[in-house]
Amino acid sequence: MTVLPTDVADLIGKVQYEEEAEFPVEQGYIWTACSSVENGNPLFWDDKVAAELTGGPIAPPTMISTWFRPHHWAPGRTQQALPLQVHFDMKERFDLPEAVMSDNSIVFHEPVRLGDRLTTRQVLRSVSEEKTTKLGIGRFWVIDVEYHNQRGELVAVGSWTGFGYRKAAS
Amino acid sequence: MTLLADVKEGMELQPLSYDVTSTTVVLGALATRDWRPQHHDYHFAVERNGVKDVFLNAPNQAAWFERYLTEWSGPRGRLGRVGFRMKGSVFPGDTMVLAGTVTSVDVDDTGCGWAGVDVNLTVEGDVKTVCSARIALPTTDDDNPWARRAERWNP
Repeated sequence: MTVLPTDVADLIGKVQYEEEAEFPVEQGYIWTACSSVENGNPLFWDDKVAAELTGGPIAPPTMISTWFRPHHWAPGRTQQALPLQVHFDMKERFDLPEAVMSDNSIVFHEPVRLGDRLTTRQVLRSVSEEKTTKLGIGRFWVIDVEYHNQRGELVAVGSWTGFGYRKAAS
Repeated sequence: MTLLADVKEGMELQPLSYDVTSTTVVLGALATRDWRPQHHDYHFAVERNGVKDVFLNAPNQAAWFERYLTEWSGPRGRLGRVGFRMKGSVFPGDTMVLAGTVTSVDVDDTGCGWAGVDVNLTVEGDVKTVCSARIALPTTDDDNPWARRAERWNP
């Protein structure tokens, strides 16, 4: 059984960082995202197809995390805002300077529509004991993110596994 | 349009091959609003991450998997879930290949048709990312999985 510091154990299962996306879901990003992977699905390019199949334009489901990544800079902001803040909290808490994401799963519910203002909330699910991998020594953690639209409908649940580590001495 | 009846367990999807460039990596990162330097700064990637170059980020890989799966299914195909594990990085200069295999075909209690598909992203035969997806497919010519809501949508 993993014995975690009390302050970290207290965070397991606790809802953190409930926040609204900084901007509404918009068409330009949808086209940029589709363009980046050469996704020609007419659902995202042809309004008639979107009207017929989904009752109007929607965003590609896998764009879900795009909508809550903060601007790189914004007026009045003195520190860079970070997406998936719990991940960075764990890096800092365990003094692990490097990190990678290894696993990601997303379950898609209601479609994300143009103009939606999404809200997110993060939940730390687990933190491992110290592990040694080819990258270095560190810990794995699992973070769930729930996404809702402004109508209170669940649009997706994502789960990320991060590995924070310190490089092995060469 | 791929109907559920067209799909059989063990069926292999047509592979997709793509030559990754620095533009692919940087465009993918910015399209997903991922400003982390390992996806656009060569020196950071090499000196801090200890890898050979900038590399594809996770959300952009998800977008590649979606594109691959829905190109196969057609626009009525609706992703229910996708999960993936990254075992290695994809760099500029790599030719990545996405290749999928149908692992399950079923109809749930609400009448929604589902295909389970595993997709491997490989570079020169090395598996870089493994993906498992569940995608709803129309069961008839006039079925539309996107019309399903609430209790009729169980991804």
